Amino acid sequence: MIVTRTQKAGFSLYAGIVLLIFYFPVFCIIVASLSEKRFFSFPYPSEALTTKWYENAMESPQVADFVGISLRIAGLTAICSVIIGFFSALAYARYRWKGRQTFRRLVLLPLFFPQSVLGLALLMWYNFLDITPAWWTAAIAHTVWIAPITTLVISIQAYGLDESLEDAARDMGASRWQILSRITIPLLMPGMVSATCFAILLSWGNFALSLFTTGADSSLPEWLYARMTTGYQPLVPAVGVLSVIVAVVLVLVLFGIIFWTNRKTRSSIPSH
Amino acid sequence: MNAPPWKKLFGPGFIGMLSSTPFLLLMLFGFVAPLLCVVWFGLMPPKTFDILQAPTLENYKTIFGQTYFKSILWSLVLAVSTVVILWVVCYPLAFAIAKIFRGGGYFITYAIVTSLFVSENIRLFGWVIGFMKNGVVGGTLSKYFDIQIDSLLYNIPVIILGMVYVYLPFMLFPLVLGIRMIPDPVREAAFDLGASRWQVFRKIDLPLSMPGVMIGSLLVFVLSIGAISEAKMLGGQKVVTIASDIESEFTYAQNWPLGSALSTLFIALTTVVVFFALSRFDLEKLLGKKTS
Repeated sequence: MIVTRTQKAGFSLYAGIVLLIFYFPVFCIIVASLSEKRFFSFPYPSEALTTKWYENAMESPQVADFVGISLRIAGLTAICSVIIGFFSALAYARYRWKGRQTFRRLVLLPLFFPQSVLGLALLMWYNFLDITPAWWTAAIAHTVWIAPITTLVISIQAYGLDESLEDAARDMGASRWQILSRITIPLLMPGMVSATCFAILLSWGNFALSLFTTGADSSLPEWLYARMTTGYQPLVPAVGVLSVIVAVVLVLVLFGIIFWTNRKTRSSIPSH
Repeated sequence: MNAPPWKKLFGPGFIGMLSSTPFLLLMLFGFVAPLLCVVWFGLMPPKTFDILQAPTLENYKTIFGQTYFKSILWSLVLAVSTVVILWVVCYPLAFAIAKIFRGGGYFITYAIVTSLFVSENIRLFGWVIGFMKNGVVGGTLSKYFDIQIDSLLYNIPVIILGMVYVYLPFMLFPLVLGIRMIPDPVREAAFDLGASRWQVFRKIDLPLSMPGVMIGSLLVFVLSIGAISEAKMLGGQKVVTIASDIESEFTYAQNWPLGSALSTLFIALTTVVVFFALSRFDLEKLLGKKTS
């Protein structure tokens, strides 16, 4: 498309403004976490700059507990939703079967559903089944919402799957299991890794579903919310910033893995 | 000769069905059953936790006798305003990402995707710190410009700002996908034939990117109608939404049946909207595959 310089500059300016506003709250959080005083007021003198809240956050066994619970939920959610997502992506994009159209609509249903209500519904369901909610019941709740996302992410890769590779393997006498483990899984690996990435991160930051489904265990976003509404101290934004850093590190690590698997699959399977 | 039934059973159709099974089981036990549970619980007598009693419509009578319709209305108003504002904010940005920027588009995409992984609460809390009395905005204005302002929080526009902010990615990315589907030659041809910018937008861009617009609107609508934190953190007690009504029935009031009945109405409302919209637009187009 032909774009004039002024047009491009105009769009860039607009995008810049949107991004600035978008990151304004993050900036505020960082500012608040570095303030020494218990009650935040801006601007504060530079002598009041401190990292003590970060130290407190790192040393607090309480915070470590919440991080542990959040990590456990994220881990279990990622494992379940990637395994389920792998198979349903094949059903979604690879195989032709009756019911596929309906299945495709069904996959999207949980995404178009308010999370807080889903959390409540699950709470009542657990109550009915006489299950005491704990971290793992929250992981089930997260999986219900995240498995559709992993399905879509892996499906994008599965659409590009070259069916003839599987057919060729079958013609040469490979068993179903061999086809799956030697052809299908390696080819879909990048999609699965990005799905894992999505699952961990979405579960890590989720609040609406955890709110009702963690029971006595409390995840990090829940704790942050409770402390934001009552009993504020700069420890809260400090933990917030740290949790953002953890998320960013996870993103970088997983992008690294994606890059690496991409190269590996490219070298192990002859290009076509 | 007909293939024996067992052979047919293990054909490609069967494999497809088999691989959809884990997901379908998850949906059955993690989505459908809980929702049925909600609907059923809404029919139980008030203030009970026991699910095995004679059904009654008492909760629905209570709901229609009280002012719950007000909070439903507020939720609708907030959700619809969020969608409309996001159309205006996101369309130019999505257009730029899809058609104009090259590397810059990736940068914006990454910057916005990364924010998705930060808990919604933390980001909303950033606005609280920015807008509270002596917060980042107020403090800056009073120190450097000598303008004294009170807290900017606890009003309706700031709730909408919070929702627009949190749900921006859910409008932006479907729009980018939608706008990518507009073929450039069509736009160029229209310009060559003398169409004005506005005409190209109305007659070409908008209709061709409509699937993206619809999906984005739907996502944002559903997410923001169920939102709890925005109205609570930024709005104080200014507005009570249906989602926070439901939440308080489950927490403070401890009236699960009434909360369930409210949830049932709420679910029915959202389902009607979503099904109406989904029946009119085909999502497959967005994923770039023709339906076969």
